[in-house]
Amino acid sequence: MALWLLILIPILAAPLAWMGQQWSRHAPRWIVLGALAIDFMLSILLGGQHSAVQASGHGAWLVEHHTSWIPRWGISLHLGLDGLSLVLILLTVFVGIVATIASWTDIQSRVGLFHCHVLLALGGVIGVFLAIDLFLFFFFWELMLIPMYLLIVIWGHAQRRHASFKFFLFTQAGSLVLLVAIVALALLHQQATGRPSFDYADLMGLTLTNETARWLMLAFLIGFLVKLPAPPFHTWLPDTYAEAPTGATIILAGILAKTGAYGLLRFTLPLFPEALSEFAPIAMGLGVVGILYAAVLACAQTDIKRLVAYSSISHMGFILLGAFAGTELALQGVMMQMVAHGLSTSGLFLLAGALEERYQTRDMGQMGGLWSVTPRLATMALFFACASLGLPGLANFIGEFLVLFGSYAAQPVMIILASLGMVMAAIYALGMMQRTFFGRQQDTRTAPDLSNVAFGTLLFIAGLQIWLGFYPKALLTTTKPVMEQLVQHVQVSANPTHVPSESLLSSHIVTSQESTP
Amino acid sequence: MISVLWLIPVLPLAGFLLLALCGARLSRQQIAWVGCGSVGAAAVTTALVATDFFSLFPARESYQQTLWNWIDTSGMTVGISWYLDALSLLMVAVITGIGFLIHLYSAEYMAHDDDYARFFAYMNLFVAAMLTLVLADNLLLLYLGWEGVGLCSYLLIGFWYREPEYGTAAQKAFIVTRIGDTAFAIGLFILFTQFQTLSIQQVQSFAMEAWPVGSNLAMIVAALFLIGAVGKSAQLPLQVWLPDAMAGPTPVSALIHAATMVTAGVYLIARMHHLFELAPMVQEGIAVLGLVTLLLAATSALVQHDIKRVLAYSTMSQIGYMFLALGVGAWSAALFHFLTHSCFKALLFLAAGSVIHSLHHEQNIFKMGGLRRHLPWTFWTFLIGAAAMSGVPLITSGFYSKDWILWSVWSSPLSHRWIWFGALLGALLTGLYSFRLIFRVFFGEVRTQPTGESGLAMRLPLVVLAFLALTVGFLEMPHTLGHVTLFSQYLSHALPTTELLPGMDESSEAREQLAVTVAALLGIGLAALLFLPGSLFGARGTDQSTSHPSVTLLQGGWGFDRLYDRLFVQPWFAVTRNSSDMVDRGYEWLAVCAESCHGWLSHTQTGHVRWYAATIAVGTLMLLGLFAM
Amino acid sequence: MLSTPALVLAIMLFGLGLIGLLSRRNILYMLLSLEIMLNAAALAFIAGGARWGQVDGEIMFLFILTLAAAEVSVALGIVLQLSYRFRTLDADAFCEMKG
Repeated sequence: MALWLLILIPILAAPLAWMGQQWSRHAPRWIVLGALAIDFMLSILLGGQHSAVQASGHGAWLVEHHTSWIPRWGISLHLGLDGLSLVLILLTVFVGIVATIASWTDIQSRVGLFHCHVLLALGGVIGVFLAIDLFLFFFFWELMLIPMYLLIVIWGHAQRRHASFKFFLFTQAGSLVLLVAIVALALLHQQATGRPSFDYADLMGLTLTNETARWLMLAFLIGFLVKLPAPPFHTWLPDTYAEAPTGATIILAGILAKTGAYGLLRFTLPLFPEALSEFAPIAMGLGVVGILYAAVLACAQTDIKRLVAYSSISHMGFILLGAFAGTELALQGVMMQMVAHGLSTSGLFLLAGALEERYQTRDMGQMGGLWSVTPRLATMALFFACASLGLPGLANFIGEFLVLFGSYAAQPVMIILASLGMVMAAIYALGMMQRTFFGRQQDTRTAPDLSNVAFGTLLFIAGLQIWLGFYPKALLTTTKPVMEQLVQHVQVSANPTHVPSESLLSSHIVTSQESTP
Repeated sequence: MISVLWLIPVLPLAGFLLLALCGARLSRQQIAWVGCGSVGAAAVTTALVATDFFSLFPARESYQQTLWNWIDTSGMTVGISWYLDALSLLMVAVITGIGFLIHLYSAEYMAHDDDYARFFAYMNLFVAAMLTLVLADNLLLLYLGWEGVGLCSYLLIGFWYREPEYGTAAQKAFIVTRIGDTAFAIGLFILFTQFQTLSIQQVQSFAMEAWPVGSNLAMIVAALFLIGAVGKSAQLPLQVWLPDAMAGPTPVSALIHAATMVTAGVYLIARMHHLFELAPMVQEGIAVLGLVTLLLAATSALVQHDIKRVLAYSTMSQIGYMFLALGVGAWSAALFHFLTHSCFKALLFLAAGSVIHSLHHEQNIFKMGGLRRHLPWTFWTFLIGAAAMSGVPLITSGFYSKDWILWSVWSSPLSHRWIWFGALLGALLTGLYSFRLIFRVFFGEVRTQPTGESGLAMRLPLVVLAFLALTVGFLEMPHTLGHVTLFSQYLSHALPTTELLPGMDESSEAREQLAVTVAALLGIGLAALLFLPGSLFGARGTDQSTSHPSVTLLQGGWGFDRLYDRLFVQPWFAVTRNSSDMVDRGYEWLAVCAESCHGWLSHTQTGHVRWYAATIAVGTLMLLGLFAM
Repeated sequence: MLSTPALVLAIMLFGLGLIGLLSRRNILYMLLSLEIMLNAAALAFIAGGARWGQVDGEIMFLFILTLAAAEVSVALGIVLQLSYRFRTLDADAFCEMKG
């Protein structure tokens, strides 16, 4: 039941936030913060309660909740929490709080409705991270999209209609492919066992022919790659991130991108382990292309939000790279990269939003020399630029390097190419600092520095970055059992008869030798 | 007491945090106290640790300390752990000792700057990162320090952020060194994949077991590490960032771009010497790179106008000597030159800073002159520094270290005769450019009126460093002159001793030394002849508008900047000029297609009921016909 | 068999209705033609029901009858509105929904 609470608290608080507008202008904001704070406590409690289970090292669900829903189709309300989902839920709630703070002054019209949508979207995301019935998963997957679309189309900037439409078309097309694959899996289960099932555990046990597995894997992959995003499905992202209101951008970049990565780890990898071995090089290649291509484009941008957006695609390339490397180290790196990227891009978008709010432009050509005008803002931007370029001692570095260390054995050439992304990251991150904060001041208007709340939030995120950068154990031990199990599962299923076949073969040889004379 | 080792990097870090978080609330005096105090405390701690180290480890083995497990997951175990041996202790002593003197100097030099707290915060962070680099027990922690010093270098070069060209110089420094860093990181990936560990000691012992001398992997890893070292130490072909890096405040140039950070490459190679010994071709490459850099930089230093650029090129040249020594297997000699160099080069930069300070930030040497009487302290200390750099025999430290290197080059089986001749030419050029500076700046008529000698906080470091620049050399003296071997004995456990060719005795050493001495003195003499006002050609040297193509080439550092501009920078700008996404074009094309199809189909939507009825009827008929067939 | 002539009649009626629908421009006449087509379909159902001896055909006839009545009432309402708005009953004049 606690798991349902995690999802329902934001969803039920959503109409409350809408109504709260009548009481006072800030009531919806406080309702969001309150709901998220309760959720945060709850998830920490759930995680802490089961730390002993985690320590024992098996990757089973820490908490599981199962109720029948539509038994005829094998659909049930099945939720499960493990280290992977726990970490991502904590991230979701935290980024949600950051997004609320970021829109504190930014959003002034229809405040209640805005926060209602924020809560609905967050509820959907938490549902995505918890659902282990594929039908339920898809339900939440769609649930988070619609409020996001509305957030962009109602509160976005000048090009919001174009951007929101693009966002919706891409993600919806990806979802449809995913839906087809999910239904196909359920029907295949019916073929094999006589009853359809959408349940994760059932579907994991399903044996597929190579051809089917390949196509279904592709569908699952595309559905999640659109969300991640990886090239060539990434082009919705820069438009969307740039045009969405800051709060929505933070949610999009900080969390929604992670649902794609989560989908890869939770579904694509375990459901189709056989198909992976042949497809892994292509997926890793896509990751490398993403890292380099997006980094080059990030260097070319003049719009600060688009720059951060492309840097975000570049960072997601590491996730794709690590997810398909097939080693536990790389997967742990992926985990770290997800959290680190969630923190660093939230920070960067908060800062970009603050700049936009002050100067009514996102064009870095019109900025410059702002260090002396807004020193707090500039210092924090410097910190997050460093995080973005992978400075050691910060969480992004751990993520990227674990991925690179873990994948080198599998694809040395690709890793060398991916490492070039580090040089490009330096170029765009420092270029951003140079064009906005250093140099001569273009715009002589004075602007207020960051508010205490925003500054405090950023400092807190920075603290988390440093903490994870020097003590990544806190996160890595939580996710280790899950990743261990995942690698084991993938390896065992990829060569299901590996160990027994050897023994069979040898015994066979022995017997044949005996029988020949 | 040795267990307080962890405090050494933590103290400057604490200083950084204090200054970064509440620098705005501290008075200037407090800031100076925090900034200098944290580094000073680190220096004192170093002294305590050193005494303990000497008494506990008479044979100079190593001491390890693990604070916590940094990464411990899935077969990768990396600790935040320190490794103290003779080599790292030497580095730590130089960093904290000279670092403290430079901080003290900065307290006065930067006294009128608006961003006093920011300056000291960056400097403290730099010292912390540099200490992490040299104390790291594993390569990942070393990489942390490595990137950390790069960041601080970037921040401090671009410290005066209002000037766009300073920012460009800072970016250039970071990006060029990052290219090297990336190569270094790839080396780490290979090592970890091979040995499942990143501990410096373990990696090397595994490598020695697993790889035969000259094996491919050893070559590749050593070459990648060399690229990293070359980037950080401003050697060919990644040397282009250092002259521009002089945009930073002068104490920064003294600390980062002369005494400590740029020698990180030397440290890395010395630290990984077992690995490099497995790759003899790479080691030869180090020697050749060092030689070429030292000659290129020395010739460029001859024609610069900016006092700091002269010193920057001289730094490159002197580090070239260190690389040369590393390349011929004279590990201790390289480190000895590092020690003397950091004393005299820090001294030269600080003295140059004193000159610049008193001339209202004038850096062009053709607008200086005759400062000998106005700035006596500065003059004498600068003279000592220049003498040490040119290797004036017997009394200066530079002589002993450079002589050791040249003797190793002469006598090592890994070297060639032509390398020695090149290095000898370099010694001559060093004398020439060092004393060109002295004669231009301190002799002749006064061209810019100085404001007078600087205060105690700036003078004291000058005097201490001048003393060191004279005396440090006595730690190691050749066979022919007293044969003191304190330094090589001290390092004997950390670094292997230099091999000698057979038949190298004292008499050949004496002959070789004579050649070095003559070269250095010849250089100084030539400088006097060419640049001393009133001497034979001294008058002619005053004009600075020489625009002979060869001079322009040398001034631009042999045209590497232009070459890289053509090869990399311009193509890069060409690629990044277009900010639109090629992939998006594909989707846009789809959208355009859909739109035109829509336009085409919408013609059928006439709005006439009868037209619709007719099309329905025709459609039905067609369908029926289809079914009938 | 009775059903064949009945079906032929139904087809003829349907064809007449269709021609009327397509050739007339007055919307009232178009409605009339539509009614004829509906009745033709109903007749075909009756014939079919008689042919197979099943009651379904007649049920469908009743169903169509009801539907026609409902359709006419709605359609006449719309026609009234149209003539009120456009002051004409020419179907070609109503092309607001042109794409």
